[in-house]
Amino acid sequence: MRDLIATIDAWRARGDAVAIATVVKTGGSTPRPLGAKMIVNSRGEFAGSVSGGCVEGAVIEEALRVLKAGAPKLVAYGIADETAWDVGLSCGGTIEVFVEQVKS
Amino acid sequence: MKPEIWNWFSELKKNIANETLCALATVVSGANLGAKMLIYPDARIAGDLGDAALTAQVARDARELMQSELSERRAYGDAEIFIEVYAPKPKLIIFGGVHTALPLTQFAQALGFRVTIVDGRSRFANRERFPTADEIIVAWPDEALAQTRMRIDSSTYVAILTHDPKFDIPALKALSTMQPRYIGSMGSRETRAQHFAELRAQGVSAEFLARVHGPIGLDLGARTPEEMALAIIAEMEAVRYGTSGGFLVEKESS
Repeated sequence: MRDLIATIDAWRARGDAVAIATVVKTGGSTPRPLGAKMIVNSRGEFAGSVSGGCVEGAVIEEALRVLKAGAPKLVAYGIADETAWDVGLSCGGTIEVFVEQVKS
Repeated sequence: MKPEIWNWFSELKKNIANETLCALATVVSGANLGAKMLIYPDARIAGDLGDAALTAQVARDARELMQSELSERRAYGDAEIFIEVYAPKPKLIIFGGVHTALPLTQFAQALGFRVTIVDGRSRFANRERFPTADEIIVAWPDEALAQTRMRIDSSTYVAILTHDPKFDIPALKALSTMQPRYIGSMGSRETRAQHFAELRAQGVSAEFLARVHGPIGLDLGARTPEEMALAIIAEMEAVRYGTSGGFLVEKESS
């Protein structure tokens, strides 16, 4: 979070909505630890990461949905999940990501 | 009861900027999805999770997790809560501007520590020798501990490298009333035994002395100052995350 705050502030200052995606569960060998974060703005720009690059694309899509709907969402990725066919983790791990909008 | 809607992001931002230890709890599954609460090491909380009993229980658990800087997801009945600890940047206070302190400063800073160098001799503790140090204090240990901008708390690590009883003993004495996360002291077992005997005679408790890592560092076969520094920083990291610092290959899979 520390390294993403300046970007969140800059995006919000220019009027963009911002979503934070946080790794809240890891299983097997995953490249980013619990608490790893990625931020996405309403233009689809992002910063930070929740994996080694394998699920970031899907998380951006999810974040845009959350920004539209307003309600937060818990999403699972990896081989243990049915989404494995679309979005797999190359490392063979599983992660759950909590996606929410930064509101004030 | 509906959880309060509040500006957790602005409070968290303030905590990070002020290096304030706190934990952020979020409902990631169950009722009141996304509800947030900030927990502090004292009795303070901000926000709530929508249920008084849950809020109180999570606050207790979060205070426990803060001690080890661990983030964790826990289940409470039908609710799952992600508890994320925001620990201040770790601080390292090095007593003794000796050779090993030079690579130790570099390694510690690469790992995100703020570094303070303390030595009574300005020839050892100066900007030429430690161009990147966050703070350099030329003083006796007790004066330095009173002067430092760093708070001595659970995110503070102390390495005593002076190798001189004139400095080592007062440093340990002064630290014995404080609660840093880690204290390591350079020197052989014999030196340590002598220093500890002296400190006990001065009224320092056996509990405190048992916490001091001396000889300092993990057993990495260190020979050079750089290797010593690596062994010291590795021990600090092992203490930070509550592991013994052995070979992963010998660890039972969890």
